[in-house]
Amino acid sequence: MSIFSKLINRRSNWAVPYAIFLAIFVALPLLLIVLYAFQDAEGSFTLQNFVKFIRQPEAVNTFIYSIGIAIITTFLCILLGYPAAYILANANLNRSHTTVVLFILPMWINILVRTLATVALFDFAKLPLGEGALIFGMVYNFLPFMIYPIYNTLQKMDHSLIEAAEDLGARPSVVFTKVVVPLSMPGVMSGIMMVFMPTISTFAIAELLTMNNVKLFGTTIQENINNGMWNYGAALSLIMLIIIGVTSLFSDGDEQSDSESLI
Amino acid sequence: MKRFFAQLYLWLLLAMLYAPIVIIGIFSFTESKVLGNWTGFSTELYTSLFNGGAHHSLLDAIKNTLSIALIAATASTILGSIAAIGIFNMRGRKKQVINLLNDIPMLNPDIITGISLFLLFVSLGISQGYTTVVLAHIAFCTPYVVLNVMPRLQQMNPNIYEAALDLGATPMQALRKVIIPEIRPGMISGFILAFTLSIDDFAVTLFTKGNEGLETLSTYIYADARKGGLTPELRPLSTIIFAVVLLLLIIINIRAKRNAKRNQAM
Repeated sequence: MSIFSKLINRRSNWAVPYAIFLAIFVALPLLLIVLYAFQDAEGSFTLQNFVKFIRQPEAVNTFIYSIGIAIITTFLCILLGYPAAYILANANLNRSHTTVVLFILPMWINILVRTLATVALFDFAKLPLGEGALIFGMVYNFLPFMIYPIYNTLQKMDHSLIEAAEDLGARPSVVFTKVVVPLSMPGVMSGIMMVFMPTISTFAIAELLTMNNVKLFGTTIQENINNGMWNYGAALSLIMLIIIGVTSLFSDGDEQSDSESLI
Repeated sequence: MKRFFAQLYLWLLLAMLYAPIVIIGIFSFTESKVLGNWTGFSTELYTSLFNGGAHHSLLDAIKNTLSIALIAATASTILGSIAAIGIFNMRGRKKQVINLLNDIPMLNPDIITGISLFLLFVSLGISQGYTTVVLAHIAFCTPYVVLNVMPRLQQMNPNIYEAALDLGATPMQALRKVIIPEIRPGMISGFILAFTLSIDDFAVTLFTKGNEGLETLSTYIYADARKGGLTPELRPLSTIIFAVVLLLLIIINIRAKRNAKRNQAM
């Protein structure tokens, strides 16, 4: 038996090609972001990129503005999406599976096509593009990502708990606030992750929806990379990564299983 | 009464979600350059979309999008399935590390994945184009294949594989006749997911496509919108994409329902 077939027969070795691939295309690129962020154009160590960010009111304002937009979008998505998910999951209020499909369908359409459609709608209604269009477009783009995980947890919920609460004399409003809402929190958390993270990092959508009048943090990063300011761009990317890392600490980390089990 | 208001709410929300797409659909059947101007019914935009003509770069972008998605999805399905078998048989710290690395592309925002890969290619001095886009797409698609195949391996009875070996099958035969049939549904859903993720991608493609003029549908729309006017042919194209997705989803759902019924009968 050759060495090669011996290697193949140990099945844990089958992960080796992918491990090498991950090292080159996932680990190394991320290390490069950190490396570039702490280097100047000549390649020597510096903190100048971060100092530059803090000293530039424009960049800091864009950063804060983007977080604000992301929070508003996420909040509106919960406000609109939670009732929808609740109705969809409730057999007394909705029996048709088709409506569920209709709500998740937009998730499969190219995000730029969807944004294009929103721009078209505003043009058609003769509404000005700008902040309002931006928030509408964001909610429009990401609402399905809020509804789906909440719907999923509500559906998997143990209904005997609701019956128990009712049997013990809880009013419907109490059942809702004390039983349904707490039990659906994991879904809300995944929804927040799935809406907040993309909204904080988008760039093209904002440009298209505001005719380039409103700048988000993602756009700032992209512009710097495009203009050859790789080190500064990398530093800004690192700042975004930290924000996202902090956000994901608040979630339970299983949003992937909810979001990707659609098929 | 409660039911009525619930249904009303759902349909109002759906109306909001679908209004943009409906408007694009309606105005794909008129010739006007500007959306919102109805100049009479016409299928002219559909004809000119497929005849190419003035906008053959749009057709190129569609072809690129599909071929990149096909190559990336196929490659990540093969890479991811083999990797899943390997990871499944691993133990301890190594397994944790590889699982963590596998999670990163799924948790990272697209823009970060894009920039990190851009920095990789420029620092290795690789000129960017079709190949780098395909590699980048494989990088963010494969984790989803692993994620789809893994549960199948966990559900599989490990004794069947041992039984096949005891009965004289070589490990390769056992793989082909025992393991692959067991994980095939996971491979298929992984492939579909990888394909749609690749088609949908915008940010990673934008950062890894270089400046040799390679465009996918997303980057084409982006470039087009930045130039000001939107190519009118994008209206019929969006309509077609929407119709195809709708059709696929209906088929998948009918199949899922049929399977569920069959399982109930058993």
